[in-house]
Amino acid sequence: MRRYFGRKLLVYGLTFFVAVTVNWMIPRFMPGDPVSSMVARTGASNPAAAETMRVYYTNLFGFDQPLWKQYVNFWAALFQGDFGISIWVFPTPVSEVILGAVPYTLGLMIPSVLLSWVVGNWFGAYAARRKVLDNTLLPVGYVLTAMPYMWLAVLLAWGLGVVAGWFPVAGGYSFSMQPSWSWDFILDLLHHWVLPFSSLFLVALGGWAIGMRNMIIYELESDYSNYLAALGAPQRLIRRYAFRNAVLPQITGLALQLGVLVAGALVTEIVFSYPGLGSLILKAIQNQDFFLLQGAFLFIVLGVLIANFIIDIVYVVVDPRTRAGMAGAAA
Amino acid sequence: MSLQVDDLRVYYRTLKGDVKALDGVSFSMEDGEILGLAGESGCGKTTLGKSLIRMDGRMRHIGGTVELDGRELPIGDDRRMNDFRFREVSLIPQYSMSAMNPTRKIGRMVRELLRSRGATLDLDELESRLSLVELPHAVLDRYPIELSGGMKQRMVMVISTLLDPSLLIADEVTSALDVSTQKAVARALIGFRDAGFVKSMIFVTHDLALTSHIADTIMVMYAGKLAEKAPATAIVKKPRHPYTKLLLDSLPEVGVRYTDKRLAGIAGSPPSLLDPPAGCRFRDRCPIAGEECAQEPPMAEIEPNHFVACWKA
Repeated sequence: MRRYFGRKLLVYGLTFFVAVTVNWMIPRFMPGDPVSSMVARTGASNPAAAETMRVYYTNLFGFDQPLWKQYVNFWAALFQGDFGISIWVFPTPVSEVILGAVPYTLGLMIPSVLLSWVVGNWFGAYAARRKVLDNTLLPVGYVLTAMPYMWLAVLLAWGLGVVAGWFPVAGGYSFSMQPSWSWDFILDLLHHWVLPFSSLFLVALGGWAIGMRNMIIYELESDYSNYLAALGAPQRLIRRYAFRNAVLPQITGLALQLGVLVAGALVTEIVFSYPGLGSLILKAIQNQDFFLLQGAFLFIVLGVLIANFIIDIVYVVVDPRTRAGMAGAAA
Repeated sequence: MSLQVDDLRVYYRTLKGDVKALDGVSFSMEDGEILGLAGESGCGKTTLGKSLIRMDGRMRHIGGTVELDGRELPIGDDRRMNDFRFREVSLIPQYSMSAMNPTRKIGRMVRELLRSRGATLDLDELESRLSLVELPHAVLDRYPIELSGGMKQRMVMVISTLLDPSLLIADEVTSALDVSTQKAVARALIGFRDAGFVKSMIFVTHDLALTSHIADTIMVMYAGKLAEKAPATAIVKKPRHPYTKLLLDSLPEVGVRYTDKRLAGIAGSPPSLLDPPAGCRFRDRCPIAGEECAQEPPMAEIEPNHFVACWKA
């Protein structure tokens, strides 16, 4: 058991290292020069003043040092929890900007991922081998899962937001409000949350339901199901066993899908101008804000890795075969 | 008389038409009898075994009756048949290696299965039966993956016979095992019969040699029909149907070098059951076929308990 998790942790550590390195490289090798755009933004017409500002900023962000030194400094700062200073909202520290956005993203992601997984699995298992449901509702699942997140998001925003007017189409809360712990604000928050949540939930739901349906059919065809049926076991018991075994690949599927789900959530946030990491990344790119971009990516990488690790642990708990494999089979 | 099968017809529905896998089969079994059911692949052995306990979705009960201990089995009615399964008729499947749910400990699975059938688990009885097949009691605390193939096979044998069924169908139970394990399994099956766990048993196999060791009676099938049924010794020593003779001739013998003399098989292959030929179905491959074989031969009792369906027998 310890060796298994030791190996897992090592792999996660390596992944983290590579991801962070790539993360550091991408903004630096991106075309464009953030310092000159900052200088341009100040509108200094005097070349001498502009030059002084350039030197000041270059020095401040450490761009005057050789690349390898920037890289080492980056890691050193990282371990002190220092992500640098945002260029876009200068001089706010990146960590502060990101921490302001993370709750929105998590509040959107966690419920939509977990709920769509649970509901999708339940529904797919229920529909499998029931003709009417299989023939009517599962095609809907296929349509849903084939939809790009942002397209469904745009449809929902247009249909329920613009045309029906039931939900606001942009922002995390009304512009007229200040964040606070009042009921009014929480209701307003929920009101803004519904549409982005639904678009993420619906697209993922279709995929899980179809996957589960196929897995259940496979399990119901399997030898142990046939054996139970031959011994006259009721459908209820057979389906319970089939569900339990069909959930295992779905858990792996969840781990594999996490990255895609995060990407989907980021794009959906942009559609709804939801103040989460997705919108933040867009702003960072538009403003060539290296540090903010780096920080946001770093958070996403960390989040996906942590979620994967949790799934690994869950898998060991639910599948006895992995545990038996670790302990070594007894003869 | 424990089992009485009368003119049983079971067809497979396919897009091209009905495949007549079981076309008018009649036989009976005594209490305590072990019936070996032999024949080539595709002759209807497994179909017969499945028909008696659980037909799969493509099988259709066309005609004929099956009576077990004086009660008719509703073999075409999956739901009504449930009352008989496990309690009256039970099965050791061909796929014993994968018959147990991989994510449940065996003991828990057995308990859940029994509870779902309204029976309670008698742990002492279960453990004594485990001892009988030389399984440690600790297997109940293991997952199927932790058992070897032979252990899984024996475990399934114990599970299938827990409710003391009247009829046990053992479908190709030895085909995946090595020779020494085969013998142990065969011995255990006889032990189950002798201990009264099962009243009678149908032992489906393509291995005539093994069948002759454990069966009291051997029934040879060909192309969905019975060819010959007789006491095991009579089948081995004095086979009357040309198909049985050829089957026995194609078995390798100890002490013969087959580098010099090629092992004889039966030329040709069984006819398609989608549209079986009229008359005797073995006619095309039979070395002694004649004019009269264009008519279908009836099952005749040529000696006491020795039935043959052949004009030339």
